[in-house]
Order: sequence, then C-alpha cells, then structure tokens
Amino acid sequence: MFLHKMEKINGTGVSPGIAIGKAFVIKKAEAVVSGILLKDEDEIIEAVASFNTAIDLAVAEIETIIATAKLSAVEDELAILEAQIELIGDPQIAEDVIEKIQSERKTANDALVEVIADVVQVFESMEDEYMRARSADIKDIGARILKHLNKQHSDTAKFNPGTIIIADDISPSDTISMDIKHVTGFATRAGSKTSHAAIIAKAKGIPAVVGCGDGLMSIQNDDVVILDGLSGLVYINPQEKIIEDYRSKREAQNQQTEKLSALKNVAAVTTDGKKAMLSANISGADDMEEVHRNGGDGVGLFRTELLFMNRDSFPSEEEQFEFYKQAALKSKNKAVIVRTIDVGGDKQLPYFNIPAELNPFLGYRAIRICLDRTDLFITQLKAILRAGMFGDLRIMFPMISNIQEVRAAKKILEDAKKELLFENIRFKADIKVGIMIEIPSAAITADILAKEVDFFSIGTNDLCQYTLAVDRMNEKITHLYDPFNPGVLRLISNVIEQGHKHHIHVGMCGEMAGDPLATLLLLGMGLEEFSMSAAAIPAIKNIIINHSQAEAKQVCGKVMAMDSSDKITAYLTALNA
Amino acid sequence: MITKQYTITAPQGLHARPATTLIRLVKNFKSVVNIQKGGKTVRLNSMINLLSLTIKGGETVTVTIEGEDEINAAEALDLFFAEELKDL
Repeated sequence: MFLHKMEKINGTGVSPGIAIGKAFVIKKAEAVVSGILLKDEDEIIEAVASFNTAIDLAVAEIETIIATAKLSAVEDELAILEAQIELIGDPQIAEDVIEKIQSERKTANDALVEVIADVVQVFESMEDEYMRARSADIKDIGARILKHLNKQHSDTAKFNPGTIIIADDISPSDTISMDIKHVTGFATRAGSKTSHAAIIAKAKGIPAVVGCGDGLMSIQNDDVVILDGLSGLVYINPQEKIIEDYRSKREAQNQQTEKLSALKNVAAVTTDGKKAMLSANISGADDMEEVHRNGGDGVGLFRTELLFMNRDSFPSEEEQFEFYKQAALKSKNKAVIVRTIDVGGDKQLPYFNIPAELNPFLGYRAIRICLDRTDLFITQLKAILRAGMFGDLRIMFPMISNIQEVRAAKKILEDAKKELLFENIRFKADIKVGIMIEIPSAAITADILAKEVDFFSIGTNDLCQYTLAVDRMNEKITHLYDPFNPGVLRLISNVIEQGHKHHIHVGMCGEMAGDPLATLLLLGMGLEEFSMSAAAIPAIKNIIINHSQAEAKQVCGKVMAMDSSDKITAYLTALNA
Repeated sequence: MITKQYTITAPQGLHARPATTLIRLVKNFKSVVNIQKGGKTVRLNSMINLLSLTIKGGETVTVTIEGEDEINAAEALDLFFAEELKDL
C-alpha cells in the first residue's frame, strides 16, 4: 500500500458513521451505440421482438429479486424495485424504442441507448432535486434491459469482510444483488442526498459518502480507505496515525450510536406505565430529520422567527405557507406546535422598526405587536391554517399576560379562517390553540386561561427571568437566574395542576424540559410533554424509562417542601448521580 | 368523460412509490386516464411521463377518465387520492 499515494477527498456525507476497510471498485460497462443500421423488414421484426423479450426478462429478473429479497429487504428498497418494474415496462419507452427501430432502422441496442439517454437528460434537467436523482433509476433500468438484450450475465460480487464499495453510482438493484453484509461503507463519484446510494445506506445503517467527484475513480481495488459518513471525507491509503485516530473515533461513535439507537423506538414510559411525550424545539423543516432520528414524539416548539430574519421585507402568506407546510410534511403526522412570531426590541427585524426601548423584555414584543399590527398577524395565521392541511399543526401564542389577549388573538384567528373561507382556500378549521405560559400573571391565573385554550406550554426561560426579576443577559446576576427557585417551581406546579383540572394538555418548551436534573421533578408534577433540543431527548428518555411515576411524585413532594434552590439542586444532583 | 380535480395529500408528492401504485391502479381499467398539471397533460400509463410532471405535495391536478368503465375508475381514483395516497 505504500506504493499508492495518499489522498483525501471531500464528498457529501449522507449516512453517518466511520468505515475503515479495503476498496472494491465497481466499474460499469458503458452503453455504446454501434451505428449499425438494420437491413430489411425481417431484421426490424426481429429487433422489435428481441427488445420485447429483453423487457420481459428484465421484469422477471426484478420480480425474482423482489421475491428473494422480501424477507431481508427494507420496505423502501422493495418500493424502489416495484417502481423499477413499472419503469422497465413503461409504454412511453417501448413506443419510442420501437419507433426508432422501425422508422430509423436502428438496432434494438442503439434505439434503447438513445431513448434512455434522452429520458435521463429530461430528468437531469429537472428543478426538483428528488426527480433529478431519479435519472439514476432510468440509467439503471436502461442498463438492465440492455444486459438482457445483449444476453450478458449478471455478476453478483462476493466481498470480503470490511469491504468499502467504490462506484460511479449505486443502483437499487446493485445493493440488493450485492452481498451487503460484508460491506462497511459506500463511496460514489456521483449522487446526492436523495440518490439511492444515500437512501439505502441510511436504511441499512452503512456509512456513505456520495458526490465525491472524479478523484474517487483513482482508487484501486484493495486500497485502504477511511470513510467518514458524517463529514463526507474519504481518505485513500492514509497514514497509520490517521487510521488509528479514526479507529478510536469509530469506537466512540459506535458506543454513542448504540446507546441512542437502542432508545430511539422505545416509548418514554415510566416503569409503572406513565407515558411522557418527548418533543423537540425546531426552527425549520430541516430540523425534523434530527427529531425523528432521536425518536422525538413531535415538536413542542416550532420557532417561526427564522422565516422573518435575514431578509428585507415581511414574508408573504405564500412564502410562510410553504415554510410551515414543509415542516408539516416532514413531521410524519406528529404534533407540531407553531409559535406565532416572537420578536421585540431585543430580536429586531431590519425591515420592521421597533424603536429602541429601555426594557425590551418588558416592552413592545411578541403577541403585543401581533394584536397591534393585525395585518401581519392575520397573514401568519392564514399561512399556518393552510399548512395545517398537511400535518398536525397547532398554534401557540407567546407572551400572554391576561385573558383579553387570548380572546383577541382567537378572534383574529377566526377572522383569518373567515378570509380563507371567503377565498375558497382549504385550511384546518379545528386547529388546536394554545398559549405559552412565560409571564408570572399567566402562570398564576392558569385556572382562568385554561378555559380559553386547548393546551399550555410553559416557557421556563422567560418565566424564570420575569418571576425572579433577573435579566438573562446580565452577567453580574446570572447566579440569581435559577429555575429551581421555589417560587418558579410553585408557578410551574400550579400551571400543570390547573391544566389537569381543566383537562387541557400541559407541556414545557424551555431549557428546563431538557435538563436531566429536572426530569423526575417535572414528571412528578404531572408534566405531559417535555420539549427540548432533539439531541437531548435520549438522555431524558433514559431517566424516564428507569423510574416510576410513584418515585417521581415522591421526589416532587420532597422538593416542594424544601425552602431553597440550594437544597433542591443538591438533592436532585444526588438523585441523578 | 369524467373530469376530476385532486389535491395531492402525500407529503412527498407523487414520487416513485405512489406513482407506481397509481399507474397500477389505472391499469385495472379499460378507460383512458389522463392527468394534467400546469397545462401539461400525460396519459396515466407511463411512470416516466407521470414522474416528469413533478407533482408535489399540496399541488392540484386534473384527471380525466374516459371509457366504458369510467364510473368505476373514477371511484377508484377518488379513493386513491382521498385516502390511500396520504399513507404512501
């Protein structure tokens, strides 16, 4: 291996993990046009017949693959193969090929190669990334028909353990006919996040890097390769030191992944059967993947500010609709709580001038702006209502301090529905409405507010700062910012209790929800939904599944009887140790 | 001839999996079924033509059904677009 030069290639990491192994390079025969013209009517008839036979054989071959793969294959793979049957038998391809054979006297091989090239070009020039990636399927089925046309035999490669496949691209039938159990990684020259190599690798949990470019093709069989499916790096014949580094990295990652994936599909249920909902806080549709990967039950807080920032005017209803819709589509029908715009003196928008205030946290912000600028508010509400047709979206109003605000906001929501009705646009009429409990008055009057809404979500960050009169940003007083202050805990406990009394759902979307120190305490209070950064979910789940609701209630009882946060945190820390 | 309008409820739109199901559904009927999006019409017997329309979630398509079994075909299509599609 010292004869080969070392190289480092940057591709797109599509399936995380580190693979270290020996390269197996798959080279595909290029489809070539012969230029031969058919001599007479007999040859034309024969060419058409051989094309039809090739189609039948190709379909039969895939059906066999499906039948043998059904037990071990992932559902996605089977769906891909079913789609391939339809593509192979596509009447448009057959019509075009037969047309070329008959009127241009081309051989079946040439006609097919040309037709496939045309279709591939159409798909490659599409704007939609998913459809663009489908050009690989068309190439794949073209190659398959061609193989039968030219009576080649398919070669199923057998690999040694620890093989890393290096290929131009990997087709679904490649992966199925491959002896994949010895494959530890894939690297392809072409491809994108939505190409098959990516889908399959992810489904099988094999590290993969796609889109490596031509540099990849310099790899020879049995070259040593390191592949980092997260960063998208591929090392060819690296030094021993780098291999060692990656070995320990792989070891650490494997342990972490094992721990996480073991919990992914486990429900967050206590040992005595109480289920907690563990959701995530997100800022856009792209975050959904991370939520699913960590086994999140939904989204407890979808911040919409991202949509309003880094631009020079308010987003239109259509733009907003698209933004919320994408999140709804990616949510797999799990609940997604959308918080209406929460900006203010501290979170400025360049195109919306909020005059500087002495106390921005006590100023013109969030729902206060929305109830003043109803034009902006109604646009956002209409967009959310419409997007509600594509997933279980719910609406949450931030910074509520009294019941008039809730009623006014709900009235505007009704106006938004009326406008949509009038415009004859479909929307989710029975969308659930909730409020954030982050102002002490709201926490104290939870019994009053509960009658107006479907759910509460406790925003501990602001609740803490408002209750304790501590500016979160002031470094001199950070020690006072303490969610375990008995005053804050009493407010939280009251909100949960009143929510239960009025049969509405109570969640929490502040930092505290993802703090392992607080989990048992909150569970004991009866909190139903914990919403946090997706990555924090497994750790919190681990606590919940290893304790009982009865224990949590005891913890809660003890904590609520303590007189200072020092004692409370000391007790909870000891409990977690 | 029956003309129908459907909104695509499948999150990903008519990608490979739902497209396969739709093409196979139409094959069960003798009627000629066409699908139209944004002024482009294709016959619903070709996956390639169907995929080339790039029909996304939330978009609306017009479907025409013509033939002796058009009523049954339309019913099956109603069921597909209203119920089955969103799970595909």
